[in-house]
Amino acid sequence: MVLQAAIEKWSGKIAEVTIGAANAAGVIKVGGQETLPFLFSEGKIPNAPRVAFEVWDVHPEDWPPELAAAWGENLKDPFAWAEACVNKYQAQALCLRLQGAHPDYGNRSAADEAKLAAGLAQKFGLPMIVIGCGDNELDNAMLPAVSEALNGRQCLIGSAAQDNYKTLTAACLADGHSIIAESPIDINIAKQLNILISDMGLPLERIVIDPTTGALGYGLEYAYSIMERARLAALSGDKTVASPFICFVGHEVWKTKEAKVSPEQGVIWEAMTAAALLQAGADILVMRHPAAIEKVKQHIENLMGK
Amino acid sequence: MFIIGELINGMYSNIAAAIKEKDKAAIQKCALEQIKCGADALDINCGPASKQPVVDIQWLVEAVREVTDKTLCLDSSKPQVIESGLKAAGSGSIINSTTADPEKLGLLIPLAKKYNAGLIGLTISAKGIPQNRDQRLELAATIVSACADQDFSTENLYLDPIVMPVNVAQTQMRDILESIREFKIISEPSPKTVVGLSNVSQGTSARNLINRTFLTMAVAFGLDAAILDPLDKDLVDALITAELILNKNIYCDSYLEAYRRK
Repeated sequence: MVLQAAIEKWSGKIAEVTIGAANAAGVIKVGGQETLPFLFSEGKIPNAPRVAFEVWDVHPEDWPPELAAAWGENLKDPFAWAEACVNKYQAQALCLRLQGAHPDYGNRSAADEAKLAAGLAQKFGLPMIVIGCGDNELDNAMLPAVSEALNGRQCLIGSAAQDNYKTLTAACLADGHSIIAESPIDINIAKQLNILISDMGLPLERIVIDPTTGALGYGLEYAYSIMERARLAALSGDKTVASPFICFVGHEVWKTKEAKVSPEQGVIWEAMTAAALLQAGADILVMRHPAAIEKVKQHIENLMGK
Repeated sequence: MFIIGELINGMYSNIAAAIKEKDKAAIQKCALEQIKCGADALDINCGPASKQPVVDIQWLVEAVREVTDKTLCLDSSKPQVIESGLKAAGSGSIINSTTADPEKLGLLIPLAKKYNAGLIGLTISAKGIPQNRDQRLELAATIVSACADQDFSTENLYLDPIVMPVNVAQTQMRDILESIREFKIISEPSPKTVVGLSNVSQGTSARNLINRTFLTMAVAFGLDAAILDPLDKDLVDALITAELILNKNIYCDSYLEAYRRK
């Protein structure tokens, strides 16, 4: 008996988001899929998932030694750090975390953060993702200045949340950036936030969802099911959840005790978490350990059949 | 739910007047209002007063086509009027409608194929309106087999169980709803199902309430499409909520707005 492959026909597609200005060193496009992850027989997958290297504005003193050792002295200078990402590891995108704006990490001023972000963008020209320190009040004061300094570079800036999205949305609108919409592993809030942001005039094609992910062993299955549900709805025609996903893999993984057992285990933990999230539909993976990034890039190439 | 807006119909006095005076703007406004309120397609009917329906339907379609490329349902009992509308509307339109009578099926199925159109099939025949579920199913089977004979995909067929006014045929309501579910299992791929909603409340004192209650029940029975008044906000809200409860859309606080954006 000949078995017939069960091919789904989808009516929707994921929005395609462009990061980076055309006149700079690189532009990446994410999203645009017309099917579930890597199901090439069902629909088009025009863009491969991307890995962005996480770089901090300040020395990340609380990073575990298993991770910090891979970067050495570079961690103390964001330019040296970014240079290593670009020259040593051929990074295609950077994710600048402005943790130093937080009082516990240095209380850096908005002007300093804006200058740093613009300096990195100027020097390397790579597509940039920029995220705040996680404190709503501080980020609302700082991110508009950073956004303005990056005007025209089509960055991806985060994060907007359901109770704090207006300031950042207005900044992204004014300066031509896309926005990260963060929801606490909650599909209903993810959808609502996308509507709220687009109601302010930022088109859905400039929103990337951070569904909030857990590391392997820490609720990854739940994150997976939320992402899968959003994808199925998006492919069935719901444009309000048809955004690409960004997953802060390194941030989650290097908090776990398992990752800190040994450098090798940490690398595997980060790579495995990323691999699972790729299957859930992740479009951008923000990662920390260069060896884990190398493995995941290879894995993406294999999955994309290159 | 595939919402077909019913308001461009010459039986309404504003549309009849617009046809008579060739007032394009009035037609276009009516089209755009319905789309804004959630219509996926627009029914186009010249109405009983039109003396030259073949010409009038073409004018209506051309007026609407200037402002939208949404699917149009060419609504007439006369095949030549439908064909005139199809010519103007282009591929992907819907014929509204054929009955289960062989002569009608023999004319309209080829027309649907020629213009790459969908086809609404009313489960009614020259013998009259069906009186129960079995008669509806029999007429539906007649239409489906005629489509199969003429190599017309049932995916493009919309079967209408014929909704009767509740004050005329109260005993048939359950049969009508159950027919919606049964039509889906007549063939593979399944035909779609459609109702002309407003008929259910014809002559009653609580038209809107009866319309939306029937519609939410029909949605639960698997209805795919409805010809209705999309400007009735309570009706469309109830429809969206019924689909939400059936897990067809993801909840969010602004789910009504989210649906209308699709």
